[in-house]
Order: sequence, then structure tokens, then C-alpha cells
Amino acid sequence: MDFIFNFFSEDIQMKHYLVLSSAIFLIGIIGIFLNRKNVIIILMSIELLLLSVNINFIAFAYFTNTITGQIFSLFILTIVAAEAAIGLAILVVYYRNKGTIDVKEINLLKG
Amino acid sequence: MLSTTLFYIFSIIIVLSCLGVVSSKNPVYSVLFLILAFINSAILFLFLNAEFLAMLLIVVYVGAVAVLFLFVVMMLNVKNEEKNIKFQKYTPFTLLIVTVVFVEILYIFVSDDVILKNISLSENLSFKNNTIFLGNILYTDYFLLFQISGIILLVAMIGAIVLTLRSRIGVRKQVINKQISTSKSDVIEIAKVKSGDGA
Repeated sequence: MDFIFNFFSEDIQMKHYLVLSSAIFLIGIIGIFLNRKNVIIILMSIELLLLSVNINFIAFAYFTNTITGQIFSLFILTIVAAEAAIGLAILVVYYRNKGTIDVKEINLLKG
Repeated sequence: MLSTTLFYIFSIIIVLSCLGVVSSKNPVYSVLFLILAFINSAILFLFLNAEFLAMLLIVVYVGAVAVLFLFVVMMLNVKNEEKNIKFQKYTPFTLLIVTVVFVEILYIFVSDDVILKNISLSENLSFKNNTIFLGNILYTDYFLLFQISGIILLVAMIGAIVLTLRSRIGVRKQVINKQISTSKSDVIEIAKVKSGDGA
């Protein structure tokens, strides 16, 4: 348990940001896998995953004293906006046709 | 010391609001927790000298994406579930994946990795204006990627419009061309009526 005390007593380094982003990533994975009711919550969990990736990129850009990580974070922001727009559009169309967005009900391809 | 305290405060808020996103019963609360997480991450980005990206996170994520989520959640009229997270047959796989990532976190805790320690160069940040620096790189070295991401946004916009567009049958719409090209003789008939014959 000594390393935990060291972790919380020392100054903020890269590993603190790595732990934070891994925690967010973990929560996003839990949200995707344990949520079996609502597709919107799954999309929000994907947003959380991409947020953790952004934090990782910017932390690396800061601690290596470069700017490339921030550029990539910018591109990730673009892709996230596109992904959210398309995903929510698909969701709206599906709800209009089927009247539900329950994950259990989306089994048309099951045969 | 102050920045350390602030880092812990904001990261705890982020983690708690992420848990709120995943476990809220009401999807509207989930979106609001998502906004809270985004705003606190923007504050963390300010600690990391990424001012432009912090503002962009607030504008794009909070202003566009989260509001889009809120709009869709309120439009779809999803019923409140009694509980979001239940034990399913997929739960063992979930636990497996979560355990793997958790072990990775523990590895970061324990490891005396040389690379991760020597890489810390937090003091000698040379650039003053983050936005100018970002633009200098973005519009020269990464110009092709910049153009491609613009095309991706265009395709996403067209795709979202095409997906949600529907043409209703039986709706009377205003056709401006037809209105303008109508002449007087089409719509008005002038009849000579003798007095006394009108009724």
C-alpha cells in the first residue's frame, strides 16, 4: 500500500492523468456492457470513451512538450461530432419506425 | 500544491459524474451529468496548457453534442426504467474486460516505468499562445487531415439530414412556381348576369 500513498502525495505527473483517463474509460466500458435498455446511454458511454482518449492525448502533449497531441485531440472532436449526429439520426429514424429503442427489441436480423 | 488539490477536486467530480451518466435512471439526468463531466474536463485541459481545446470542448461537446443528446432524449419519450444496471448474461464478459483494464491501471500505479517518469517536462513550456501555435501546425503539416475532417463533417451533416428526412403523403404544400405562373383567367370567371336572374 506504500505506492498508493506515494501516488497521492507527489506532484501531478503524467501517470495521474493516465489513471484518470483509464478510470473514465473503465466507466464507459461498464456503461456499454451493463446497459441493456437504452441505446442513448450507450452512445453517451462512447462519448465518455472518446473523452478519456482526449485527456490522454492532451496529457501526453503537455508532458512531452509537443503540440501534436492537441492536433489529434482536435480531430477526435470532429469525429465525435459527426458520430453523434449520425448515431442520433439513426436512433430517431429507428424510433419513428419501430416505436422503441430498447436494446432487447432490436433483433430484426436474428432470423 | 494548489494545482494538485485542484486536479484532485476536478478529477473526482469527473469520475463521479461519469458514474452518474452510466447509472442514472432518467436519461435527461445522464445528459446533464455528461455536460458536467465535459466542463470539468475542459478545466483540466486548462491545467494542461490547452486553452483552445478547452474552449472547443465546451463549444462543441456541451454546446452541440450534449444539446443534441438532450434534444433526442426529450423527443423520443423514453420511459424511466426502474434500474439501468441489472445482472445480465453478459455480465461475466463485462467483468472480464473491466478487470483487464483495472489491472492496467494498477500497473500504472505500481510501475517504476522509466519512460513515464523521465518524460515529465512540465516546467519548460515554450509557447505562449496556444491558439496561434495550434493554427501554425494545423494549417501546414496537417492540412490534408484538416480538409478530410471537414469532408467528414459535411458527409455526416448530409447523412443526418437524409436519414431523418421524410416526405409525408397527403400534405398540401405551397408551390411558389405554380402560384406565380397562375394567370387571372385561370382563377376568375367574369359572367354577365342580367338583373333579376342572379338568384
